[in-house]
Amino acid sequence: MNWFITLFTSTLGRKLLMALTGLFLILFLLIHLIGNLQLLNDDGGRSFNVYAEFMSTNPLIQIVSKGNFFFILLHVGISIFLSIKNRSARGSERYAVTSGNKSTWSSRNMGILGTLVLVFLVIHLKDFWAAMHFTEMPKAMYDGVEYRDIYSVVALWFGKGWYVGLYVFCMTAVGFHLWHGFASAFQTLGLNHQKYNPMIMFVGRAFAIIVPALFAWIPLNMFFF
Amino acid sequence: MKITLKIWRQKDSNSKGAFKTYVCDHVSPDMSFLEMLDVLNNDLIRKGEESIAFDHDCREGICGMCSLYINGHPHGPLQTTTCQLHMRSFKDGETITIEPWRAKAFPVVKDLVVDRSAFDRIQRSGGFISVNTGGVPDANEIPIPKKIADEAFDAATCIGCGACVAACKNASAMLFVSAKVSQFALLPQGKPERKERVEKMVAQMDEEGFGACTNTGACEAECPKGISITNIARMNREYFSAMTTSYEVAVGGGE
Repeated sequence: MNWFITLFTSTLGRKLLMALTGLFLILFLLIHLIGNLQLLNDDGGRSFNVYAEFMSTNPLIQIVSKGNFFFILLHVGISIFLSIKNRSARGSERYAVTSGNKSTWSSRNMGILGTLVLVFLVIHLKDFWAAMHFTEMPKAMYDGVEYRDIYSVVALWFGKGWYVGLYVFCMTAVGFHLWHGFASAFQTLGLNHQKYNPMIMFVGRAFAIIVPALFAWIPLNMFFF
Repeated sequence: MKITLKIWRQKDSNSKGAFKTYVCDHVSPDMSFLEMLDVLNNDLIRKGEESIAFDHDCREGICGMCSLYINGHPHGPLQTTTCQLHMRSFKDGETITIEPWRAKAFPVVKDLVVDRSAFDRIQRSGGFISVNTGGVPDANEIPIPKKIADEAFDAATCIGCGACVAACKNASAMLFVSAKVSQFALLPQGKPERKERVEKMVAQMDEEGFGACTNTGACEAECPKGISITNIARMNREYFSAMTTSYEVAVGGGE
C-alpha cells in the first residue's frame, strides 16, 4: 500500500486527482444541462418538475450525487493545497517584471475562475438544491400524482434581472475555466498524441463555449420572453 | 546605443537584495548581452565598485550556464540563451530589468547567480542508463525508428538551464524532468531502468520543492531549446504506469 500513498501524495498524483475529478464534473455539467433544457419546454414547468422529482428520488442518482459532492470538495481541496505549494515554490522574492503573454489568460487564472465558480455553486445550491431538499415546496399535480413545483422557484429567481445577470456572469467564468481545464485534464493524464490532440482541443473549446452558453440562455430566455 | 539597466544586487543568500540602476552610454548593437555586462563590469572594477555576478560558461548556447530574467522573460525577449542574445534585440534608450531566476529550489548565491544544483540531484536520482563494460557494440545494432530517435534527441537537447522553472508561474520543473525522463524512455537503452527512473526523478523533483504544472505552456514558449510539453504528458504517463505496475523496491534490493 506504500506505493498507493506515494502516488497520491506526489505532485503528479495530486494533479491526476485534479484531472479525474475535473473530467467527472465536466460530465456532470453535461447531464445537468440536459435536465435544465427542460425549462425551455412550454408546458408550465411540467417536464422540468418530473425530471427534478426523478433526480431527487432515484436511489442510483442519489449515490452519484453524493460522489459528485465529494469530487467537488476533492477538486477544490487539492487545488487549494497545490496553489499554496505553487506559490511557495516561487520563493519569498517575486519577479519585479513579469509578462505572461506566452500562455492563455484562462490557464494563468484557473484559481480565480475556480473561486468564482465555487462562490456561484454555493449560491446556486442554497437557492435551488437546498430549497428542494430542506424547505416546504409548492406542489403541482400531473395526472393525479403530486410533484414538488421546483419550476415555480426557478421562475421566481429567473424573474429577477440582477440574478440573471449574476448567473450569466458566472457561466462566463465556467466557460473560461473549461477553456483551459478540458484539454489540460487530458494533458495531465498523459493523453497527448499528435493524432488526437486537435480533436481534444476542438471538443474542449467547443464544450467551453456551447455548454455555458446554453446554461446562460435558459435564464435569459425566461427573463426576456 | 544608450541603455539603462536595473540590475538585482544581492550580497549573498542570507542578505536582502535590491535593484540598482546603471546607465551604459556606448553599447554596440552587435554586442551579445553578456558582453554588454562584461563591459559594464570592467567599468565598475575601474571605478573600484563591486562587479555584477552572473553565470556564464561556453557562450555558445550549449552549456546551460547562463540565465538572467530579462524584462519578464528568461533569457530575454528571444527564444534563445542569454549568451546568444544580442543588443540589437533592444531599442536605443530602453530600460532593461535584469533579475535572477526566482524559485525556492534555486536560491540566489549572489546578485544574478542562483544555485541550480537541485537539477543535478534530480538528474543523479535516475537520469542515466547503466551500461556494462565489454566489447564495443556495433553501430546501428539496435534498430530504432528515425522518428523515435528524433523525438528522443529533441528531448535530449535540454541543457538544464532552468528557464522553464523561471518562466513557470508555479516554478515547476516538470519540463526539465520530463525531457530527462523522455530521452531515455523512448529508447531501448533506457528500458531496463525505465520505471525506477521516473519514480525516483519525480520523487526528487518533489523533494526539491518545485511547484506543480498547471499546463499553461509558458515553459515551452520560453525554452531556449524548444522542448515540447508533449514530454510532460509522456512523463505523466510513464509515472502513472510505473507507480501502478512496478515492483515495490525495498532498500537493499528486497528479498
